[in-house]
Amino acid sequence: MAVLEQTPPAVTPQPAPTGPKKGLRKYWHLYAAISPFYLIFLGFGLFPVGFSLYLSFHRWDGLGSMEWAGLSQYQYLLSDSDFWNSIGNTVVIWALATFPMIFLAMVTAVMLNSAVRFKGLYRVAYFLPNVTSVVAIAIVFGSIFSTNAGMVNAVLNAVGIDQVAWLNTPWGIKVTIAALMTWQWTGYNAIIFLAGLQTIPGDLYEAARMDGAGPIQTFFRITLPLLRPTLLFVLVVSTVTGLQSFSEPQVLLQTSSNDSTFAGGPGHSGQTMVLYFFQQTFDNNDFGYGAAVAWGIFLVVVLFSIINWRLVQRRGD
Amino acid sequence: MASIKESRTSIKGSRRRGIALHLPLIVSTLISAFPFYWAVIMSTHSSSEIFSYPPKLLPGTHFLENVRNLFDAVDFFGSMWNSLLVAVSVTFLVLLFDSLAAFVFAKFEFPGKGLLFGLLMLIFMVPAQLSVIPQFVVMAKIGWIGSMTALIVPAAANAFGIFWMRQYMKTAIHDELLDASRLDGANFLRQYWHVALPVVRPGLAFLGIFTFMGQWNDFAWPLIALTNPNNVTLQVALSQLNGTHGTTDYGIVMTGALLALIPLLIVFAIGAKQIIGDLAKGAVRG
Repeated sequence: MAVLEQTPPAVTPQPAPTGPKKGLRKYWHLYAAISPFYLIFLGFGLFPVGFSLYLSFHRWDGLGSMEWAGLSQYQYLLSDSDFWNSIGNTVVIWALATFPMIFLAMVTAVMLNSAVRFKGLYRVAYFLPNVTSVVAIAIVFGSIFSTNAGMVNAVLNAVGIDQVAWLNTPWGIKVTIAALMTWQWTGYNAIIFLAGLQTIPGDLYEAARMDGAGPIQTFFRITLPLLRPTLLFVLVVSTVTGLQSFSEPQVLLQTSSNDSTFAGGPGHSGQTMVLYFFQQTFDNNDFGYGAAVAWGIFLVVVLFSIINWRLVQRRGD
Repeated sequence: MASIKESRTSIKGSRRRGIALHLPLIVSTLISAFPFYWAVIMSTHSSSEIFSYPPKLLPGTHFLENVRNLFDAVDFFGSMWNSLLVAVSVTFLVLLFDSLAAFVFAKFEFPGKGLLFGLLMLIFMVPAQLSVIPQFVVMAKIGWIGSMTALIVPAAANAFGIFWMRQYMKTAIHDELLDASRLDGANFLRQYWHVALPVVRPGLAFLGIFTFMGQWNDFAWPLIALTNPNNVTLQVALSQLNGTHGTTDYGIVMTGALLALIPLLIVFAIGAKQIIGDLAKGAVRG
């Protein structure tokens, strides 16, 4: 094999000149080097995706034999009010979290960009919530928003507002989950926005100031348009992760329903799409329907990503 | 905003502007930090203190008692060992496999390269839930369900890492260096080990820290795959703790959450600067 390694004297930058008739054996070490990823993908990526499509046309409890079901799983999915409920919950929570988060992140980034001192310190402090595990955060937020012992209700009481049963009412649940997500992701996105701001040349601002533009005009005429690629990145990442939220509602609400740890609290009002998927698959052992739900989630996420993309692209022009 | 600090007339306007800027930044830093502080407060109080009004805002004296109760309630060190085992193994394997593949994609030509790389990018976009059921079925068949192998093997190489590392290697490793080493008779593995790896050490640090933190915090798949409640990772153990008692004993759960955070914070402290810098760079470029 060592003979094969001896490539002709390489003067060209091309490390492996394409020998016409030596065949693929010449490249065996290159294929071997990239093979682990593709082997894992074959076992746990490609096969699963194909199999989940196959599964979604069947009825299967994971143990017995599979039964052909045709399109009936998908037909049921379209009329399944619990699935539509979970889509509604997911989208409401996503919107409650994402829009305040993007606004706050952008404001923070603009301020960080003008502040000269302690920039590094602020960045670490804002990034910390993002590296903390969602399980730990959900436990902490569960106690901050707890009805009787929580900090939020204590503050509300102190200013004379009636306390709210945050984790027992449909809107309270959604607001709590959204608050958790906003807390975890605002700093992360502020740092991303800050990096985007730093690519905008300073003389553009100089020119705007000479033309007599105020700070608000400067923001909407210069900063925002030039920040568009970064905004798109933030929006797409927030959509893909936000619409697939699972751990936040699962840990927050796992004990507050009797039927399933994936139920998402009283009245399923915190049950996201992915929670519903887990409930159908692993609590009800309905693997065929679970696969159909997974494809449904996939479509919703793709649809929302496209809408985001279009909105941001158009707004700039 | 600037008019708030009217009293400081003797100081320059820039100083005033600085305070107006730093005030909201400091407030948001406090909001970022508050849940951590709250967790520390709760971990030092007993259950009855926590449920008394008004809520405690200063540390109490029950921390050691909470630690003892925590160790009685769950196999904390066993779970931590599992988490470490998974996170360290996956990090090591990802660094090895991803950097090897990235080196090949960045610096070599071979038949089918475009196709294979396109496939890799496509896989990058497949959402996780689509593979959850079949992955579970496959692993149940080969008997990995319930063991840490079920967590380690599927994560051992990933499209994100290969793609990120390839971008990094393209510019970091100079072709002249590779040519020179080839003239010296170095084969592929020697080039990888002696030429490529030393140059991309900062990139490996980023990918390693990122992978470790992701694995340490992973929850959904471990929750499903680890079917034996006595042999789980730390995150799953924490969620069990949060759910088992009718009313959650916040003092114990919070102590667990804090202790579980320590290894993560150590890793974050080592790599914070680089993680933040590199991630932001990638986002702007992308």
